[in-house]
Amino acid sequence: MLQEDDALIQEFLVESHENLDRLDNDFVNLEEDPTNRELLSSVFRTIHTIKGTAGFLAFEKLETLTHAAENLLSRLRDGDILLNQEITTALLTVVDAVRIMLAHVETSNNDGPQRYEDLIEQLKGIVERGGEAAPASSSEEAEASATPASSSAEAETSAAPADGDASDSSTEAASEPTEETDACDVTAAAETAGDVTGKAADAEDAPTGVAAPQTDPKSAASSPAGGETKSEGAHSNVADASVRVGVELLDQLMTLVSELVLARNQIVQHVGNDREASFLRATQRLNLITTELQEGVMKARMQPIGNAWGKLPRMVRDVSRACGKKVRLEQEGRDTELDRTILEAIKDPLTHIVRNAADHGIELPEERQAAGKEPEGTLRLRAFHEGGQVNIEIADDGKGIDAAKIREKAIRNGRITVDQADRMGERELMNLIFLPGLSTAETITNVSGRGVGMDVVKTNIEKIGGTVDLSSEVGRGTTIKIKIPLTLAIIPALIVNAGRDRYAIPQVGLKELVRLEGEGAESGIELVHDKPVYRLRGRLLPLIDLTSLLKVGEEKSEESKDEDPVVNIVVLQADNTQFGLVVDSVDDTEEIVVKPLGPQLKTLEVFAGAAIMGDGKVALILDVLGLAQHSGVVTDGHDAGVKDDADEKRGDREETQSLLLFRVGEDRRMATPLHEVARLEELPSNQVEIAGGHPAVQYRGEIMPLIYLDEMMGVGRSAADREIIPVVVTNRDGHSVGVVVDEILGVVEESLHINTEDAESGSSMLDSAVIEGRITDILSLQSMIEPEASSLRLMAA
Amino acid sequence: MIHNQICTFFLGDSCFGVDVSCVQEILRHQESTRVPLANGEVGGLINLRGQIVTAIELRARMKMPERDPEKRPTNVVIRTESGPVSLLVDSIGDVQELSDESLEATPETLTGRARELIEGVYKMNDRLILVLDVDKTIGFDASVV
Repeated sequence: MLQEDDALIQEFLVESHENLDRLDNDFVNLEEDPTNRELLSSVFRTIHTIKGTAGFLAFEKLETLTHAAENLLSRLRDGDILLNQEITTALLTVVDAVRIMLAHVETSNNDGPQRYEDLIEQLKGIVERGGEAAPASSSEEAEASATPASSSAEAETSAAPADGDASDSSTEAASEPTEETDACDVTAAAETAGDVTGKAADAEDAPTGVAAPQTDPKSAASSPAGGETKSEGAHSNVADASVRVGVELLDQLMTLVSELVLARNQIVQHVGNDREASFLRATQRLNLITTELQEGVMKARMQPIGNAWGKLPRMVRDVSRACGKKVRLEQEGRDTELDRTILEAIKDPLTHIVRNAADHGIELPEERQAAGKEPEGTLRLRAFHEGGQVNIEIADDGKGIDAAKIREKAIRNGRITVDQADRMGERELMNLIFLPGLSTAETITNVSGRGVGMDVVKTNIEKIGGTVDLSSEVGRGTTIKIKIPLTLAIIPALIVNAGRDRYAIPQVGLKELVRLEGEGAESGIELVHDKPVYRLRGRLLPLIDLTSLLKVGEEKSEESKDEDPVVNIVVLQADNTQFGLVVDSVDDTEEIVVKPLGPQLKTLEVFAGAAIMGDGKVALILDVLGLAQHSGVVTDGHDAGVKDDADEKRGDREETQSLLLFRVGEDRRMATPLHEVARLEELPSNQVEIAGGHPAVQYRGEIMPLIYLDEMMGVGRSAADREIIPVVVTNRDGHSVGVVVDEILGVVEESLHINTEDAESGSSMLDSAVIEGRITDILSLQSMIEPEASSLRLMAA
Repeated sequence: MIHNQICTFFLGDSCFGVDVSCVQEILRHQESTRVPLANGEVGGLINLRGQIVTAIELRARMKMPERDPEKRPTNVVIRTESGPVSLLVDSIGDVQELSDESLEATPETLTGRARELIEGVYKMNDRLILVLDVDKTIGFDASVV
């Protein structure tokens, strides 16, 4: 436990120092542009993070001070108070004070004796006055800035009482400039003093450590200079078997290793011509070493996600105790490996989410019992690889989030208009929680509820190209799903050929491979209208031809056409839809290192990245979901979040969709999204029986109710007069429902202009469109047979 | 007098230049992988010692006619914050020391892409060197055709 704490504190120190350095710059920039919301938010988050961590680590003074600063910053961020020089000075003094406190944490594991009450009062004063100039600001400033220095001098003396020389010198260093009023000089000197004492204190501690039990404490503290050098030595002794290495260096090593692999490959190729035994042996050795080196370097970059979860149990415990709750933290998939950079990037977001869940999600034991739940709440963390991505789920069984509350708050904050809110599905509303300044917590606690957190979560995850999605049910709990892309991860991929190029398909999206030969190749692929489909175990699988999708089919050689026709179908899964990708040929599976594409190519949705293949050439990695979206197999349901631009007219979004086109009655044309269609059947009309007063047929061992669309649309029943009736089979809760139409016309690809303004909520009629020159009603079969599941879901997609 | 070091290269008869400090290296023709669905301004992807580098077809970027397919382009690898990017040019010139005095703004008569990407013009005795704005030259979205 103690070690864990030490690690936490170390991390906190490293993080905070980095953040503080950035704060200095931010403040300077803010003085020039005092209304810059982005900068203000960034400053606010930094202070918020320090405060939060200080809270867990029980640095109560540090927490109190940063809390006061945060209050002021939140007003600044919201534009209630305008930043002026007085405020900047006060905040910079806070930064300096925090530095001094951190120095104390480093040396003595506490945040020092000074409470900075004056400074806190000053911050409070500013908040109360609403930013108006203070009556005697200059003297106050001087006082405030002098306090940290003098206090640190005191503290240093007490921190290293055994080490006379060192503490003397530090007191000198700090006390001298205390007389001056220049804030910068004072703190700088105080910091230096802190350093000296810090080292002296280390030297003192070291002999008691495990690694250097023989060191004589007296010699370590004999003189200030000697103390310093000795303590350096003690440091390296105490340092355990691991070394911190910059990610940049790892990247560089990785690149060099890839280069080495290619050079090795070239040499190995030449060996065939050379029979000298010693050279052969050397080459084999080189081969082996290179492979091992490659594995080693790759491994060095990967870390189990458990590392990022390390401080969560402690945090959950502390938070739940502070709020009087009982929370059990379950972890699954701790050893899911992640690239180091990604791991770093998700640490903070994860902490925020888990903290929120423990603080706001899970109810008090009494409330839980009243709601018929176990008094102990469960918080479940789950990580796994899927779809070429790392998935992380954080689920709680707490009270859930009330979409109505979010809606209300978002409208009140002016984030969305009532009009926009009306057009949003529940899921969309839920995801509004990721907007800055939105929190549904009724009270702001020390821990969370200010509406920071979630926007930080989203920003940080999107920065590394991931997505966050939130779903919640009132009374049942909240689940947050994070998907992180596979940049730099090593993944197995299927290598396929299209045109004259190779492409890699991440194995995770891969369902199966279908190879059609001879007759099967000619007759297996059918056309629904002019769109190819394949019957995969009775289900229609929409096909996409990779060569024509990528427009790389120009150089199909003449001979290949004469050969036996072969069709290779790679069955892929995107979201919940399966589709078949037709490729020229399928190679092998290979482990590839995913590399991101340059910024110019980021917007090409069909590619997830690129990889260097064994022969040193570059192959593009296909993005399964991107492929499906590009070709209209699935609509863009991936990012259901709200776009930053709140003015975006949701009613005007255009999407390409595959639609099944059919005729109802004499000449009414209708269409339904293809993904709602399970099968198309033609049934003899004499098979129609009556079950429970409704028409039905026996179909695949179950009773399939039939809905006569013509009747429903009030266009008169004509299908009954015919011998064969075309039926569109759709699914509801795993059962088939047949929708009888008059004629199936085909599948069209439409850039659908879904006009959500006209579509009433709950109506199965999505829209009308002009398809093939005729007015066509677009219908959602799903919502027609299940009116509650409103058409909103479709529109949100 | 400020001297600028400009790395020069050619597209057809025109001489272009970029500040030498942003040039990482010059490479002979490299085998590249084309990027389907990207516009013609992307020449392909090359493997630069294990790094994947986007090669930009500078002729297309400058809206100049295509290069004779017989002639192989040279890579001018530019260092950027998001990793190296290569500019495909016809041939490489040399590094010129030029003073600010010989630099002039782009003539007003220049229009379109050239005006967008050319930062200024150095007057030499025998020719002009068109200095490219590197950020604008490499900053574009290849999905826009």
